[in-house]
Amino acid sequence: MNTKQLLKPTMKDIPQGRLGMWLLIAGEFVIFGGLMVSYLLYRMRYEQWAEMASHTNVILGAINTFVLLTSSYFVVKAHQAAQRKDSKKITMYISLTILCALIFLVVKITEYSQKLHHGFTFSGKELAASGKAIESSYWGFYFLMTGLHATHVVVGAIVLFIVMQGARKGKNYHRIEIAGLYWHMVDLIWIFLFPLLYIAH
Amino acid sequence: MDTHKKHGFWHRYFFSLDHKDIGFQYLLTAMFMAAFGGFFVYVFRYNLAFGPNDIPLYGDLAAKQYNQLVTNHGAIMIFWVGMPILLAVIGNFLIPIMIGTDDMAFPTLNKISYWVFLLSCFVLLAGFMMPTGAFGGGWTMYPPLSVSDFGYNNPNTTFWTNFFTGNTFFLLAVALEFISMLMGGINFVVTTLNKRAKGMSLMRLPLVVWMVNIANLLFMFSVGPLIAGAFMLLMDILVGTGFFDAYRGGDPILWQHLFWFFGHPEVYVLLLPSIGAVGEIISTFSRKPLFGYKMVILMVIIAAILSLVVWAHHQFVSGIDPGAANIFSLLTIIISIPFAGMVLSYLGTLWKGNIRFETPMLWALGMLATFTFFGGFTGLHLGSNVFDIYAHDTYFVIAHFHYTLFPTVFLGGFAAFYYWFPKFSGRMMNKTLGLIHFWGTFIFFNSIFIPLFWLGLQGQHRRIYNYSAWNDLLMQPEHIMARQIATVSLIFLLLFQFVFLFNFFYSIKKGKKASKNPWEANTLEWQTDSPPPHGNFDPYPVVQRWPYDYNHPEKELDYCPQSEI
Repeated sequence: MNTKQLLKPTMKDIPQGRLGMWLLIAGEFVIFGGLMVSYLLYRMRYEQWAEMASHTNVILGAINTFVLLTSSYFVVKAHQAAQRKDSKKITMYISLTILCALIFLVVKITEYSQKLHHGFTFSGKELAASGKAIESSYWGFYFLMTGLHATHVVVGAIVLFIVMQGARKGKNYHRIEIAGLYWHMVDLIWIFLFPLLYIAH
Repeated sequence: MDTHKKHGFWHRYFFSLDHKDIGFQYLLTAMFMAAFGGFFVYVFRYNLAFGPNDIPLYGDLAAKQYNQLVTNHGAIMIFWVGMPILLAVIGNFLIPIMIGTDDMAFPTLNKISYWVFLLSCFVLLAGFMMPTGAFGGGWTMYPPLSVSDFGYNNPNTTFWTNFFTGNTFFLLAVALEFISMLMGGINFVVTTLNKRAKGMSLMRLPLVVWMVNIANLLFMFSVGPLIAGAFMLLMDILVGTGFFDAYRGGDPILWQHLFWFFGHPEVYVLLLPSIGAVGEIISTFSRKPLFGYKMVILMVIIAAILSLVVWAHHQFVSGIDPGAANIFSLLTIIISIPFAGMVLSYLGTLWKGNIRFETPMLWALGMLATFTFFGGFTGLHLGSNVFDIYAHDTYFVIAHFHYTLFPTVFLGGFAAFYYWFPKFSGRMMNKTLGLIHFWGTFIFFNSIFIPLFWLGLQGQHRRIYNYSAWNDLLMQPEHIMARQIATVSLIFLLLFQFVFLFNFFYSIKKGKKASKNPWEANTLEWQTDSPPPHGNFDPYPVVQRWPYDYNHPEKELDYCPQSEI
């Protein structure tokens, strides 16, 4: 059995966890890419959508962008700590990252409740009933894209939490990097969504 | 770990992490789903030939049920038979033993992907038990038909009434299946790149491993937009958003773009593993090196990239811009060049070879012949928008489509199955029964679809439940006769599959014991025991040469395994 273990064939040019995560990220980008291209096609067709976009809260969006960028910085620091196998620093930085994720979600929920309060719902039935049929689909994209992204934030935070538990016990340090890659992807997708949905009028 | 074999039935078939067991689970599940797909096609073909009443084993067929059966036949055969057999079974079973390693890179992920796949099967079949019945809007799920009764269009429905419909379950099942195949695909690519045996450089990989990986990458890069579109369609059904609702500014054609951006590469995702397995078989049984190995790989990569930019040839009759249609026609016809190169390589391999007509070889040759001469050539015609506009909604397209996918999934799949059966079961299949199965399948497959080509050119529309209701819809005696020939052939085709089932279950228990290398092939999987033990190799092989050194001038035998110096 031992000789078998020793002779186990692997090339390991790239650690396989990292390679798998890269492929997953590529897949995720095509999914979000499909949504963004669909959105852009409609957006260029309908001038009315610019007016709808002006109802988004740019300040809250900017705060969220800042929060996510900060969280990515913490993930990088956690990765550096993982290379030194420093469990305490890892726990601290990952906790800060998860805190940022929670802030992001709280801001997001605030935004959603504001939108719903003003009658901009996911289905857009209220807008369509008031004669703004074409405008109503904008909110479909808004809620679908940001909602899907927020789901990724939740999943990312859970993954980071699980990985942090491992690092606290002093094992599987390499998982910090892989979970961190996923987190950077979540961040990067938001960097695309923010100008597309909030800024471009 | 070595005590693995002593685990019981439940452990082997439900919880095992071994790639061979998972491959076998995929195979059994796909065979189970194929039984549904085959039964559905029997019911609706019987209706087309002999009328909807008193169908044996079924009863009366209503128009709505006809639509449901056609839809689910298409979806099952592509997503729940073709994909698992050609990607998951071939990938799971072959990649680790062909590259000389013990298991997948992520065995647990592999197991999860099978569980998700199994779940997707149940979700799809559960669609038949919904109050509205199964989804019947065509396997392409075009809106507005797929949404029209639900969501915004029907204010009487709520989220939950929309949820418990065949439409929702169909979409969810397809989405789960994609997630399963994405996880499997990541696993295959990482395994191939990272876990190769010593000396196994990329240019020494067997062709089928190359093909499965290119197919997986192609799948990963084309399926994203459809997953995005599926979210949008699901929300249209469930909560009444207007993504594809023309009144609300949505565009139903956008769905077609998202669907076919995936749908066309999907054909190549199925084709590539199959043609890769056929390449292995042709080289082995011709006792000759594969002609143009590097060229085939290059051609396939080119075809895979081109396949991402030809999707709109499915939409020539959907009212797309004629200028764009011309460009898509041109690109579609260009894509036949790499495939012609690939077929040429295979013919070059056969040329002056010592051909051994074993069962797998017959299947492989049958696949190559029908795929090229019927599927490929009619594809050239349909790729041209001038012809396609006339033929698109007729049985000509149906016959073309089945001439591309039936050889790919079934002829190629059976070729691979008969070829690798000794390796995965440790026993040989009965050759006589194998030949009966081959000739029965091959002859009746052709006699189903050649009449359909003719009917299509005569102008018989597809997706029609009952031609006798309109006398101008091809109800001449010769047309009725052609439909009946196709249907009777189909029934015989299905009956011949029982020969296979008998052969399969008989040989797996009582077949002749297989040696390590019954076909005298070169690739690594034939250097270990049949069936391979847990861990596959002991010791792990070191690869010395490429996989196709047949009739090497310096060697005594007419083959030379990859691990031989």
